[in-house]
Amino acid sequence: MDRDPSLLPLPDDGPVQRPFWDAAKDGKLVFQRCQNCNHAFLPGREECPRCLKPDLVWEEASGRATLYSWVVYYRPYGEAYKSRVPYTVGIVVLEEGPRFASNIVDVADPEALEIDQPLELKIEVDDGIAIPRFKPAVAV
Amino acid sequence: MRGKVVIAGMGQTKFGSLPGRTTISLVVEAVRNALEDAGIEKDLVDALLVKPPTSLPGMMTGQKVAEAMGLKPKFGMAWDQGGGAVTGCISYASFLIEAGLCDVAVVTFSDNPKSFSAASYSAALGDTATFGYVAAAASYAMVARRHMKQFGTTERQLGAIPVNGRRNGTTNPNAQLRVPLDIDEYLEKPFLISPFRRDDFALVSDGGAALVLMSAERAKQLGVPDPVPILGFGAGQESWNVELRNDLTTTMAATSAAMAFQMAGLGPRDMDTAQLYDCFSIVPIITLEDYGFCAKGHGGRYVEEGAIGLDGEIPMNTAGGLLSETGMPGMQMVLEGIRQVRGTAANQVKNVRNSIISTQGGIMQTHGTLIIGR
Repeated sequence: MDRDPSLLPLPDDGPVQRPFWDAAKDGKLVFQRCQNCNHAFLPGREECPRCLKPDLVWEEASGRATLYSWVVYYRPYGEAYKSRVPYTVGIVVLEEGPRFASNIVDVADPEALEIDQPLELKIEVDDGIAIPRFKPAVAV
Repeated sequence: MRGKVVIAGMGQTKFGSLPGRTTISLVVEAVRNALEDAGIEKDLVDALLVKPPTSLPGMMTGQKVAEAMGLKPKFGMAWDQGGGAVTGCISYASFLIEAGLCDVAVVTFSDNPKSFSAASYSAALGDTATFGYVAAAASYAMVARRHMKQFGTTERQLGAIPVNGRRNGTTNPNAQLRVPLDIDEYLEKPFLISPFRRDDFALVSDGGAALVLMSAERAKQLGVPDPVPILGFGAGQESWNVELRNDLTTTMAATSAAMAFQMAGLGPRDMDTAQLYDCFSIVPIITLEDYGFCAKGHGGRYVEEGAIGLDGEIPMNTAGGLLSETGMPGMQMVLEGIRQVRGTAANQVKNVRNSIISTQGGIMQTHGTLIIGR
C-alpha cells in the first residue's frame, strides 16, 4: 500500500543502505569503512569509491560533526513538508570524514547558523522513522 | 581544432508556454529553422545528436527524432549530461566533422516542462526525501550559502544576476519573462529555500533549438551565408552529488575553460560577451571565477560592480539567460553567442569578435565550455 503522502517518505530500504536506517532505530549513526584502504564514507555502497574493493564494514560514528552548508525551506516541496516549514537541511561532515545531508534541529534562528560550526547527533523518531539528525553542539 | 568547424545555422521555436506541442514537434520546427538559416537541405545531415527532454526521459530518443525528420544518419544518439549535453554534443559533432566521418551534423534539444510535466525538477534523490532534502534548487542553495559564508558574498550580489538577466530579457522580444527587476524588489521577496528567493530560480519553459555544424571548408563550398567558427571547447565533470563534494565553491568548470581557452589560443580578456548558464543565480558567479574573469571568491563583488552589464567589462547573458529569456537548459546560450558574433542580437554589444558560452547539468555535475568567434 502506498504511504500516506502527508507523512515523511520512507528511506531507501534496499540492502545496501538498510544498515544505516536499522542502526538509527537502535540509536546509532553508522557509516561504511573500507577494510582495504580505510576510507570512510556515506552513503552505503557495494564497493569502496576510493580503491574499488568490496571489503566494507559498517562502523558507528561518534556523533560529532561540523556544518558544511545549509538551507532553510520556507516553501514545502511536497505534501509531507507542508506542516514542517520552515525546516533546515544541512550538509554534515562527521569527524570520521563521511558527509551527508541531514536536518539541523533545535535552532531558534536557522539563518544565524555558521559554516563549520560543531554539531552533535540527535536521533528523532518522526512519522515512525528513526532519523539521524543534528543539533548545535553544546559548548563545553 | 580552432576554426575548422563552423556553426552554419541556428534555429529555435518560440519560448514560453507551448501547450499541445510534443517535444518531437518542437525539435522538428527548430531543426527546420536551423537548416533554413544554413541554407541547406536536410538530406545532407548525416549526424544527429539530441539532448533528451528532462520532462520525458525515454529510450531511443535520438532515433525517434531521426524518424520524425525522415533521416537515417550515420551517427545518431541522445546524450545524457543534463544541460552540459549541449556542448557535449557540439564537441562530439566537431570531432566527427574534423575526422571526416560525417558531413553535416545537427545538434538539437527540446522540452515542454511548462505545459507537460515539471515533476523531475522537484524530485528527491534516494534517501534525501526523508530529510526533506528535495528539489534541485536546494542543492544549488547549499552551494550559494557556502559561497556567501566562505567569501562574504551578499544577498544583494546574488540578486545582481537576476537583475542583469531581467534587464536584458526586457529588451529581447523573444524572452519569456520581459519584466524588469530592480535590486530592492528582489530583496523584498521572501525566501523560498534560503538563501534563494523566487528570482534566483530559472524559468520553467517549453521550447526547442537546433544547430547545424559542418567544416569551414564545406560551408564555403555550400555558400552558407553567415557561418560562425568554433574556436574552442572544453569539458569537466564534477560528477559527485553536492553533499558529497569536499569543496562546493570551485568546480571542474575551471578545467573545462582551460581546455577551451587553450584550444582557441585565447583568454578571458579576449572575450567580448559571456553567455553563462544561470539556472540559479549562484552558478554564473562561480563560473566567472572558475573561468578567470575575476579571482576566486570575488564573483559577487565583480557582478555587483557592473562588470556583466551591456557596457561592462564582460557583457553577460545578453538575451536574458535562463532567468529571463527561457529556462531551456543551455542551447539558448549558444544561440545568443552566435547572434552576438553575427551582430544580430536584440541587445547587440559593439565590436564583438568572440563569445564564450558555458553549459552545465545536474547540480553542477557536468560542465562544458564553447568559444565561438571570427
